[in-house]
Amino acid sequence: MTTKNLALKVNGEVHQVNANPKAPLLFVLRNHLNLKAAKFGCGQGLCGACYVLLDGHPTQSCDVPVEAMEGIDIRTLEGLESTALQKLFIELQAGQCGYCLSGILVSATALVKKGRGHSRQEIAKALDKNLCRCGSHGRIVEAVYRAQEA
Amino acid sequence: MAATSASLINNPRLSHWVGILPDGRFELRLGKVELGQGILTALKQIAMQELCVGGDAVELAEQTTETVPNEGLTAGSLSIQHSGEAVRRACRQLRASYLGAASLLTDIPASALTVVGGNIVDRSGRIATSYAALQEKVDLTVDVDIASDLSLASGEPSGAKATDLLRVDLPDKVYGRPTFIQDLVLPGLLHARVIRPPMHDADLGEGAEVVLAKVSSSVTIQRDGNFVAVLSDTEEDAYLEAAKVAGGLTWFPKVPMPPNPPRLAAWMREQANETTVIHDVAATPAAVVAATSFTSSYFRPFIAHASIAPSCALARWEGGKLDVWTHSQSIFHLRGALAASLQVDLRSVVVHHVQSAGCYGHNGADDAAFDAAFLAMRASGRTVRVLWSRENELGSSPVGSAMTADISAQLHADGSISQWSYEVWSNGFLGRPGYSGMPAFLGDSNRAGSDRLPPSADPRREGGYGIGRNAVPAYSLDGTKVTLHRLLSMPIRTSSLRCLGAHLNVFAIESFMDELAVAGGFDPVAFRLQKLQDERARQVVERAADLAGWGSAKPEEGVGRGIAYARYKNLSAYCAVVAEVEATESLKVRRLTIVVDAGLVVNLDGLLNQVQGGAYQAVSWALSEEVRFDQTGITSVDWEQYPILRFSEMPEVRAFVIDRPDAPSLGVGECVHGPVAAALANALHDALGVRVRSMPLNNENIVRAIEEAPQ
Repeated sequence: MTTKNLALKVNGEVHQVNANPKAPLLFVLRNHLNLKAAKFGCGQGLCGACYVLLDGHPTQSCDVPVEAMEGIDIRTLEGLESTALQKLFIELQAGQCGYCLSGILVSATALVKKGRGHSRQEIAKALDKNLCRCGSHGRIVEAVYRAQEA
Repeated sequence: MAATSASLINNPRLSHWVGILPDGRFELRLGKVELGQGILTALKQIAMQELCVGGDAVELAEQTTETVPNEGLTAGSLSIQHSGEAVRRACRQLRASYLGAASLLTDIPASALTVVGGNIVDRSGRIATSYAALQEKVDLTVDVDIASDLSLASGEPSGAKATDLLRVDLPDKVYGRPTFIQDLVLPGLLHARVIRPPMHDADLGEGAEVVLAKVSSSVTIQRDGNFVAVLSDTEEDAYLEAAKVAGGLTWFPKVPMPPNPPRLAAWMREQANETTVIHDVAATPAAVVAATSFTSSYFRPFIAHASIAPSCALARWEGGKLDVWTHSQSIFHLRGALAASLQVDLRSVVVHHVQSAGCYGHNGADDAAFDAAFLAMRASGRTVRVLWSRENELGSSPVGSAMTADISAQLHADGSISQWSYEVWSNGFLGRPGYSGMPAFLGDSNRAGSDRLPPSADPRREGGYGIGRNAVPAYSLDGTKVTLHRLLSMPIRTSSLRCLGAHLNVFAIESFMDELAVAGGFDPVAFRLQKLQDERARQVVERAADLAGWGSAKPEEGVGRGIAYARYKNLSAYCAVVAEVEATESLKVRRLTIVVDAGLVVNLDGLLNQVQGGAYQAVSWALSEEVRFDQTGITSVDWEQYPILRFSEMPEVRAFVIDRPDAPSLGVGECVHGPVAAALANALHDALGVRVRSMPLNNENIVRAIEEAPQ
């Protein structure tokens, strides 16, 4: 497959990568830039495991071609300053297997940045695109709720 | 109490469990693996308590078939019982031998010495010596004492309840550091995708050669019969080309698929089956008096594991040695089955465990390991990484069997029940590699000339049954007969899924108990208590009812409450659930109140997390999950066709634990699913007056139940 040189702005830094232009962004983040936080879950944008922030919006990275990503501000969990949120996830043990957490933390970070004072119901609604199979829903919502006060 | 831990009996030596690192710290060697349930944390906490040290002093050994004790499967909610006991006994004995060595050195009686932060101190608190100073003086080659009393009181001063250890694996996951097998990178990876039919037993259609010949030069193809893999130096090329290839191939099922629900239940009853009566107690003559007969049938569909991560494995074949990295529930069984299927000497296979996303039973992990190993043996020493697609994960992993059951019984005027008869039909829950006399890997069965997968077997009585798990009711009944029918055809591949048959059996029994209570005009809680002799069972039911405000006025119209109870496997954790639901345009679960008694609690927060997690998953199973299929195979292969419940659809879950410091610790990973399902159906009946006996409790099944209800 022919590859192409691309300039990607990831976590505030511009990286030159040589990749298949049709490659999903997720594979480039994980395999070319060694950023392993975003996960492959479905490849169809239906589970949220691969979420990153694209220009501040939580978006799937598994089915967007990397060639469309030049000029976009890409942030992965590694580049988020969400320490308060992350500390609360650990404090409340908000996770079981933890595979969904990167995507959930990306969605939650965007929500908390948007403003404080979201109710637990609003938080749950905002996380509806992220699937969790082990059943950490209650603790995750609580951690995000408390992070608004932090 | 003497040891009952299979883990310890099979691995009796102290050094099987614990080692001493050069710096004097300890290495804990565990054969049970992390599946997302927090077992490593709970076991490490036991070791810390018994050795009287902090978390920094205990390292967890890398888990490979070369380094850890063979503890069989990590399954069945048995890890806390089996491994917990082994670690407790081993670490308690090790501490005692350090104190013995300290006593010899210092002339202070061992009984006057204690351990504080790795130092051995006398009664005045003066440091006499330390673990590190004595490491040459203890012998790890001795056997662990299995006869001594293991109760906490006898272990003075260890076992004091320290603060719960937080999950040891969680920080890396919260900070996005590589921890999962999907994150593992080894030098020179060859990325592979396996193209699979949407059922386990299908032939490639004509024209496959043409499709496979047209692939891009960036990939290579490996084909053996109906096993097709696409390999590339880069993951993106393997991924993109595999999607193209998959789109071009056609498959022809070798066996007809069954009809979807609601006709599936009748189909199951018509299939050839193996019939076993597991319980048969005749009624007393007193039972043959005036009573009312009741009969009902229940159903659950096939349910998928639906892990958030697709299965993954890596393998390397080099110099006659096969290394495999896997998230299997049993690295030792997997090693044996791989050696047998690939015809390699067992001693030249090393299996390494690496975590994946949540595992709820026999999923695709072992099959992915076979895929990787098979391809590695054709890859000239390169390490092959296989990652399944979402379609593979939902369409090719084994699923939990659909089940259907009939119950009949006689209800007497005083609320007693006689002549209880229970019959259940299901595929088996045991399709794991190496159990049915053949390796039973999906990929192996797809190869040219291979045997097809046999219909899954089922765990026996000593394994807590599969189809028959919790099929014998815990209530005092006058005359009980329980009959199992294991299907001998398996168009849809089944194996173990969390709590096995207990899900449908508890749903059926506890729904039927509710039906009898309602029909006889009895309160469902009192009706159950009348027939529960076990004090611990009574207490979880009473506590759950109290905490949920059972009997208090309901907040509004359309709201219902339901209760259900079961003791998992009839010998493990006790669990009672009260569900509060609201029936508007669809069933909405407001709240679950859960009380669990699991004996001595090791890590309270970890236990609660397991109970809560099980409850959320059980709500999703009961309300929305159902594997769908047609004659081309399984069709519910993405998250739109196989929806699981989302954040905003989840109820409030309140979980409580009755701690029993004098009773053995019991696992809780599977005790809630059955009771939650039944409590929901009972609450739905309370809210709407309609009895829904088929899961999922969705609008389709609610409407059907209304239409079929006698007028």
